[in-house]
Amino acid sequence: MKAAVLVFPGSNREGDVAQAIELVTGRKPQMVWHGDGDFEKTDLIVLPGGFSYGDYLRCGAMAAQSPVMAEVKKRAAQGVPVLAICNGFQIAAEAGLVPGVLMRNEKLKFVCGDVHLKVETSQSLFTNRYQAGQVIKVPVAHAEGNYFADADTLKRLEDRGQIAFRYCAPDGTVDGSGNPNGSIRNIAGVFNESKTVMGLMPHPENAVEPLFGGCDGKALFEGLVEALS
Amino acid sequence: MTIAVEKNPPVKLPNEPKITPQIVAEHGLAPDEYERLLKIMGREPTMVELGIFSAMWSEHCSYKSSKVWLKKLPTKAPWVIQGPGENAGVIDIGDGQAAIFKMESHNHPSYIEPYQGAATGVGGIMRDVFTMGARPVANLNALRFGDPSHPKTRHLVSGVVAGIGGYGNCMGIPTVGGETNFHAAYNGNILVNAMTVGIAPSDRIFYAAAAGVGNPLVYVGSKTGRDGIHGATMASTEFNEDSEEKRPTVQVGDPFVEKLLLEACLELMATDAIVAIQDMGAAGLTSSSFEMAAKGGLGVVVELDKVPMREAGMNPYELMLSESQERMLIVLKPGREDLARRIFEKWELDFAVIGHLTDSERMVLTWHGDVVGNIPIPPLVTEAPMYERPWTLTELPAAVDASKVPAPGNSIGDWNAALLKLMGCPDLASKAWIWHQYDHLIMGNTAIRPQDGDAALVRVPKGATGAGHKGLAMTSDCTPRYVQAHPETGGRQAVAEAWRNITATGATPLAVTDNMNFGNPQKPEIMGQFAGAILGMAEACRVLDFPVVSGNVSLYNETEGRPILPTPTIGAVGVIEDIGHAVGSRLTQAGLAIILVGETRGWLGQSLYLRELHGREDGAPPPVDLAVERRNGDFVRGQILADRAQACHDLSDGGLLVGLAEMCIAGGTGVTMKQPAGTGVPSHAFFYGEDQARYLVASGSGHDILEAARAAGVPAVLLGYSGGASLVVEGLVSLPLADIKKAHEDWLPAYMSAVE
Repeated sequence: MKAAVLVFPGSNREGDVAQAIELVTGRKPQMVWHGDGDFEKTDLIVLPGGFSYGDYLRCGAMAAQSPVMAEVKKRAAQGVPVLAICNGFQIAAEAGLVPGVLMRNEKLKFVCGDVHLKVETSQSLFTNRYQAGQVIKVPVAHAEGNYFADADTLKRLEDRGQIAFRYCAPDGTVDGSGNPNGSIRNIAGVFNESKTVMGLMPHPENAVEPLFGGCDGKALFEGLVEALS
Repeated sequence: MTIAVEKNPPVKLPNEPKITPQIVAEHGLAPDEYERLLKIMGREPTMVELGIFSAMWSEHCSYKSSKVWLKKLPTKAPWVIQGPGENAGVIDIGDGQAAIFKMESHNHPSYIEPYQGAATGVGGIMRDVFTMGARPVANLNALRFGDPSHPKTRHLVSGVVAGIGGYGNCMGIPTVGGETNFHAAYNGNILVNAMTVGIAPSDRIFYAAAAGVGNPLVYVGSKTGRDGIHGATMASTEFNEDSEEKRPTVQVGDPFVEKLLLEACLELMATDAIVAIQDMGAAGLTSSSFEMAAKGGLGVVVELDKVPMREAGMNPYELMLSESQERMLIVLKPGREDLARRIFEKWELDFAVIGHLTDSERMVLTWHGDVVGNIPIPPLVTEAPMYERPWTLTELPAAVDASKVPAPGNSIGDWNAALLKLMGCPDLASKAWIWHQYDHLIMGNTAIRPQDGDAALVRVPKGATGAGHKGLAMTSDCTPRYVQAHPETGGRQAVAEAWRNITATGATPLAVTDNMNFGNPQKPEIMGQFAGAILGMAEACRVLDFPVVSGNVSLYNETEGRPILPTPTIGAVGVIEDIGHAVGSRLTQAGLAIILVGETRGWLGQSLYLRELHGREDGAPPPVDLAVERRNGDFVRGQILADRAQACHDLSDGGLLVGLAEMCIAGGTGVTMKQPAGTGVPSHAFFYGEDQARYLVASGSGHDILEAARAAGVPAVLLGYSGGASLVVEGLVSLPLADIKKAHEDWLPAYMSAVE
């Protein structure tokens, strides 16, 4: 699997995701600077976490207008898979690659720590190594992860199986107790309609090694390798 | 051109006021210091020159009250690459790598404007570290706030924590450790001490000493605005009721720009273009240009009209004294301007050649071609005021007789209540509310998270030369109530505790950075606290082979005559060769032997038990026997590295029972134990005394450790075994972990969400 990780001014988890990709594929992904309109053809595009453009104006709003994003939109339309994590999710939402918006956390504070996620479906490039209903532990680190979409959009997402992960309690109960940011229906990650783009707030790339936060995020990258190699 | 301007006396700018005694006083210069200035200059200074002297001779920049004492600290060891005097200290951590670190205070600004004060404190210390060529890999912070019931405390906690998080999170550097205390002595002067640790190849370290006459002086980063003018002078005086008016002297931070600056600087550092580099911290362009030239034995011409300015109409005085953030000064090799410019333009940062080096040993400032300042550099440094201020040492108070201090009561209920009260008191309560606001996981290297071990532990991938992963252990420590009671003991204890915390992970302690926070040094008793703390620290650093490689002094932490508790915060760094051998303090398995290493005499003087349960803050602090510290610590580290320990926790605030409860709730496993026979110590003193040089170790059967301890002559005793979901001390305590956890975790969130 060849992967490209986009780098915007203010990106800061590009190294983390590159490290995770290298761990499972054995090779370094291509790092693509935001000013580059064109980049090598790859099997996967990653929009990493961080504070692109300082999160000024609105998270992800400025990055969504950068030259490289025009190319990402073009390739996504052609079916190139896009993994959008945290600030990447915010950028993808601003760019219209996935439905919904990400608002300020309900408690108005940055939140960092492990959360539990319930895998909603194994029927995607990103989640094929998980079982539907499986509970995984991965960290979050964000101030604007409070997912919101209108009722019609939510209905469509639920009906079409476009919800990837929900925050849950350690035993898998989805009752809001494990929700770190107030997101609607405890949504932690969503797909686009064709399930080729996934946006999620948590950081699977920070849960790929036993000594450093556990391995529950590793299967996501392994699943991608399996599907895209 | 150079020669021409060097000889020119400065011109007076339009509207330049006459220097009056009042203006001199407003610049924080004592009359005799102004006399000294006149002697050096041989004439009356211009306003900008006066401003430069004021900043350079401020306590903050000149260390004029503390220097004579700081010299007593040991600063050398074979692994020390750079000791105090540079932007940060540098130590060799093997495999061709160096750890670069420093702790610095931002106390005064954080009290006046908590969010920006704390944020720019974090920004400043990170710049100190990456200026030297290191990529920062971890941040820590040591915070002291006033009494929780003081009307400002909640607001200050909220703002400081948000500021630290706001800056560090955006920079993408994990904030992995620290400490937070509350005490009424900090009501008018909080302490915000921020520490950054970075990693660099040991043969690619950058220094501030300028070299090469004619080499260009380059300004990069943010534009200069009117913020933070005279911040260094503000930080060198006491507060009074008008201190709120000093808000304009607090800088405003932009972590996004600093992130760009970090990446741009590291990119430039990978080339061979840099001769010297220095960040613009306290006293901004003044101290950075001055220090670079002074360290290189050179002169400098600064063309102030070329400085990138944020607003129109700024004058030389403002440009020289602004403390606008996210700026660097670089001396480039000749002909590398275009290369450097391209890098900074890529990162969308300002880049301007604002002057050049000369051999005149003078700082010459020009403004649209006119000389507006012309100061000889060496005398400003060599003839800077240095004070041997009078000092009186604090006498050692009488020891508290533990047998005369009441026990919590006679029933298990009384003992349970006492433990819950301690676990939920502001100083011991969980600080999760704070560190969950810090990104402590970014970079994917955090092996021991906050509250999971005595020190934070971060992986350092070995460079090209080594396989596997080593770990960098980091901590910050000080017990101000001990320092207040007896500064020498307190200074010794702060160093010893930092050393212990590193040791408890299995790492070898290597070096420290000190952040000396004290009151007004012009009072002999305060100067005596400083002197005593230094003497204690120096002795501990010497015995423990733990040199001081960087540091910072913050004096005048007083409001209307009321000083803070003397707080010499110790930041420490250690290394473990293979991170796979490291342990945290969480008790996660049943059936482990719980072993107490070290001797317990039941020292209750200055203990939290005495303060929280009996309302007393008296007595002598626990004595620190450094030889015993060393022996016990080396023993424990050896056991950890031999893989005989599953968890380890040093005993400090609160004593044995608090330490054990912390291990239990962190790992979700209970313990059943009893006081060993024949200790001769009353139970309340055995369990709550704060004797030093002690560790709790959880181990398989425990026999091998007890055996080894006997052989090594280290006191060690089996207390009991892990298991179940309660903490049980036979005949005294029986508490479900859930109750302890609740008491421990509820206090801070409840306090912060309470509406006044």
